[in-house]
Amino acid sequence: MRVPLSWLAEYVELVPGTTPEDVHAALVRVGLEEEDVHTFELSGPIVVGEVLEFVEEPQSNGKTIRWCQVRVAPDGETAADGGDAVHGIVCGARNFYVGDKVVVTLPGAVLPGPFPIAARKTYGHVSDGMIASARELGLGDDHEGILRLSTLGIDAPVGSDAIALLGLNDAAVEINVTPDRGYAFSIRGVAREYAHATGARFRDPVEQTAPVDASGDGFSVEIRDDAPIRGRVGSAVFATRIVRDVDPARPTPAWMVARLKLAGIRSLSLLVDITNYVMLELGQPIHGYDLDLLRGGIVVRRATPGEKLVTLDGKERTLDVEDLVVTDDRGPIGLGGVMGGSETEIGDSTRNVLIEAANWDPVSIARTARRHKLPSEAAKRYERGVDPEIAATAVSRVAQLMVDLAGGTADVGGSLIHEAPARTAILLPDGYVSGLIGIEYRDEEVHDALAEIGGVVTRVDGGFEVVPPSWRPDLTGRAELAEEVARLAGYHRIPSVLPVAPPGRGLTRSQRIRRRVADTLAAAGSTEVLSFPFVTEAENATYGSADGAPVASVRLANALDANTALLRRSLLPGLVAAAKRNRSRGLVDVSIFELGSVFLPEVDRTYGTTELPVGDARPSDAVLETLQAGIPPQPRHVGVLIVGDVVTKQPGQAAVTAGIVDALDAVRRIALAVGAEIEVVQGAHQALHPGRTAELRVAGRPVGYAGELLPTLAEESDLPRVVAVAELDLDAVIGLTDPGLEAGRIGTYPAATQDLSLMVAIDVPAAAVAAAVRDGAGELLEHLELVDDYRGQGVPVGAKSLTFALRFRAEDRTLTAAEASEAKLAGAAVAAECAGAAIRD
Amino acid sequence: MSEPREITEQAVQSAVDAALAAIAAADDSAALKAVRAEHTGEKSTLARLNAELRNVPNDQKAALGKLVGGARGRVNQAFAAREAEIVEAEAAAQLEAEAVDVTALPSRFTRGARHPLALLQDRVCDVFTGMGWEISEGPEVESEWFNFDALNFDADHPARAMQDTFFVDPPEAHLVLRTHTSPVQVRSMLDREVPIYVLAPGRVYRTDEFDATHLPVFMQFEGLAVDKGLTMAHLKGTLDHFVKSIFGEEAKVRLRPSFFPFTEPSAELDFWHPTFAGGARWIEWGGCGMVHPNVLKAAGIDPEVYTGFAFGMGIERGLMLRNGVQDMREMVEGDIRFSQQFGMVV
Repeated sequence: MRVPLSWLAEYVELVPGTTPEDVHAALVRVGLEEEDVHTFELSGPIVVGEVLEFVEEPQSNGKTIRWCQVRVAPDGETAADGGDAVHGIVCGARNFYVGDKVVVTLPGAVLPGPFPIAARKTYGHVSDGMIASARELGLGDDHEGILRLSTLGIDAPVGSDAIALLGLNDAAVEINVTPDRGYAFSIRGVAREYAHATGARFRDPVEQTAPVDASGDGFSVEIRDDAPIRGRVGSAVFATRIVRDVDPARPTPAWMVARLKLAGIRSLSLLVDITNYVMLELGQPIHGYDLDLLRGGIVVRRATPGEKLVTLDGKERTLDVEDLVVTDDRGPIGLGGVMGGSETEIGDSTRNVLIEAANWDPVSIARTARRHKLPSEAAKRYERGVDPEIAATAVSRVAQLMVDLAGGTADVGGSLIHEAPARTAILLPDGYVSGLIGIEYRDEEVHDALAEIGGVVTRVDGGFEVVPPSWRPDLTGRAELAEEVARLAGYHRIPSVLPVAPPGRGLTRSQRIRRRVADTLAAAGSTEVLSFPFVTEAENATYGSADGAPVASVRLANALDANTALLRRSLLPGLVAAAKRNRSRGLVDVSIFELGSVFLPEVDRTYGTTELPVGDARPSDAVLETLQAGIPPQPRHVGVLIVGDVVTKQPGQAAVTAGIVDALDAVRRIALAVGAEIEVVQGAHQALHPGRTAELRVAGRPVGYAGELLPTLAEESDLPRVVAVAELDLDAVIGLTDPGLEAGRIGTYPAATQDLSLMVAIDVPAAAVAAAVRDGAGELLEHLELVDDYRGQGVPVGAKSLTFALRFRAEDRTLTAAEASEAKLAGAAVAAECAGAAIRD
Repeated sequence: MSEPREITEQAVQSAVDAALAAIAAADDSAALKAVRAEHTGEKSTLARLNAELRNVPNDQKAALGKLVGGARGRVNQAFAAREAEIVEAEAAAQLEAEAVDVTALPSRFTRGARHPLALLQDRVCDVFTGMGWEISEGPEVESEWFNFDALNFDADHPARAMQDTFFVDPPEAHLVLRTHTSPVQVRSMLDREVPIYVLAPGRVYRTDEFDATHLPVFMQFEGLAVDKGLTMAHLKGTLDHFVKSIFGEEAKVRLRPSFFPFTEPSAELDFWHPTFAGGARWIEWGGCGMVHPNVLKAAGIDPEVYTGFAFGMGIERGLMLRNGVQDMREMVEGDIRFSQQFGMVV
């Protein structure tokens, strides 16, 4: 909402010299946040001038200019720019006559743009200033040429200050109006709030005009709502008044144009301007009909299926049966509370006007405005709630302005339907406000604050009964009343008291582990990134499905970018994109990781719920379960990507390039941080190198993959051929890991170490051989490590020789070499049985 | 050189002199080893003279034995002393030879980093767990009921449109990307027993364009306390404690009246710090208020018995204010240089 200060000052006392910043500072204290300050952004000298004479001079470019002599100061006086009383000015427009009073911007003046004015040579003359158009002054979009003051009904002395004359010295404060404060979309509401903030005297504009007399027969209006939404009739208040014999050609006074302009509304025509002006002043949207275009009386009803209406903006709209329409004998002539129809609108030939001020159901208006994408000034106010008690006054205020400014005659009476329910009283128990805010307010403080905002406050046994004012539909309960008391008394009075929470248990196991995983990866040289979860179809199809089977994705209905409307099933696309960005910025060695949610809806399952329970009551357990069941799975994953060198080339040190080894080491670090045992088996994933993919398991359950990106995918992202990646379902790893650890005895007897070389077929995984050896060697085997994988001379083609270093130890004695050898051979025997291994001597 | 056959003082002295000279001349352990073999070994003069002792008459045995034994002792002592000198010198030489330019050594260390937003979030959580609060989490794709209805957002109220919501397709399924972490508050109230003191950190989503001061995906933390007798003064006290913990003792909080559907009274939260870029001033950092009675009711908590307060702030803004980050895009582009400035500490 933009509030011109001159207008504000009509209804609340503004101390002379009050600046826009002062007004902002006051309003923010009561909850109206500052947004901006608007001015006309011009400076003088800008004066009233009189065209004394002009000569038309055709130019070689086809244009004809006028070389004018303009009086800009009374005879014998110096002009405001210090020059002569008569200035020679070149003017391109030709819509004026000798004797016209015009606005002259003299050298030194600055027009919005900024556009500084100076004497300049043009078309063979020195043009000593400029004759201004309304558009150049920032007053409108009028292209008709220069502004003739007579068209505004102004006849001011030559040389007088045109800035003050046209209201161009005014400024508007713009404030952010929160959705509960519909009444602050008016000068009336803001003036009241300013009074609350400063204690300045408030004059209610509604009390300055008498409401329309509806005792007689006014214009015929009938409300016929057959389908109220949530039981609320679509229009409970409807006031009309007729003004006859207006002159639609009269100009809108400059002060009104300036105020509308500062308030952000373009001047259109006098009659329309008056309706907008009263809407801004009172917060009551007004609609004016050309009375002579109406056929019969008005009926308000819901639209019928397929009904159409051309609205004021010239668009034909197909109506919904929930839309409220104003109709006459021909059908819809307006989309109630949102926008009028074009057929009956006020125009250049309008002589007689029917003024409408109605009150519409906020929910119905909100839906209609959203449905037709029509966030009009009227709808904005109605959906936040308009004071239902001011319609009868508003039509009279409009009528008064049309009489005063457009020369019409108002009918003595009008019509009024008023079926708005009376506000019910809210009981505010003694001590409630103090108990909620934490300040001991005195009873009279509570009483006075609520009375000041317009409430009717009555002392009852045990508290106050408060009937909120009609313009505050947001005041629905005692908590709302408590806020009114607190904000009028000032939030700065609220003391600071630290509450003592009961003892907590710290982070949960999962929270501790996730933090440790991130710390561990970072400590090992990886950098954490946070990617947006928005991905393409292709990314989810490739990275989100190991075997290439079709997968489901969560899709956004209103994605910022239609290409990335899906939510990620994998963290890898984000990591690949980040790696690509780093490399494009010259950072070639990149080790990054991310912890975050992925979104894994199942194929052929629908999620969500078509119905939602109401908000202010606890749904049943069954309903809550249904809501919960409708939410797609979104486990937390951890992903790692390493590309380039993990050890760089340095003095005396060769580079080590990242590969699957590093991906698996990252997995081991994650396992360490979780306390998990992660099993590595040969695996397959369509996004990974077919021969360099490890499937990762915990407790026999697959929990992720590690390996190298498929080289073609790496290439597509401008990455080198080898990109090491790993991704784990971290929630699953944590969930499958037993949180308890039973400590084993640490043996102190000497260890016996032996090597064991086994020949197996090339396709037998080393892990299978190791497992067999471990199994056969039994409890004496403390540690086993693969130290060599040899193929070549001495080993048959198709076979490989695996050498394990074994460490044996007994808990209770020193092992003999014979005992260790026996255990080793037992291991070799099981390996022979399970993996076809033969001892290689 | 003639080999003396007879034990004479002269012969012994001559052997000793030769040995001592050789010992003194040896300048490394290998040379010393050779000298030792030559002058004390089985074939050395002293060894032979010693062997000769068995041939001397008994009455001379004691005197000659003492002469030879003393000579051997002197020679051995000289060996030991020289050996110690050589070991020391060789050790020193080795150390000298092993010296390196410590500024030119290779490194197998790679600098890693946590994301500063995640680090700051951890810090925030630590402040609250330190007060006995617990950390609550919830899904990012959320039912509209938890994100709006339970939080007193009427389906047709403009406040619902104010949130710039990402809707999941189809919209009739009423799933959204949560616009705040407030749904976690509702879940906490449904799942936990009163009194409740929880902090809900996490990612949230709004359909904002991506620029220096707006992100469509950002991180928030919201606090919720529900107990008997909680007031706005407790809210202010909690916020004061929090900003002092994160920004230092000089930080302070100011509340301004505002509106949120889920709190009543509601406030904007400004805080002040002397070292903000641009000087000491008040900066807006979030919203807060007393939990609206309808929200308590949605969670099955009796507003006649309990009151609560809630607040919410953005981590990104916190990082900008605290660490002087200028452009929000740097936080999400994944350029490793951004996080590596912070390392493991924020």
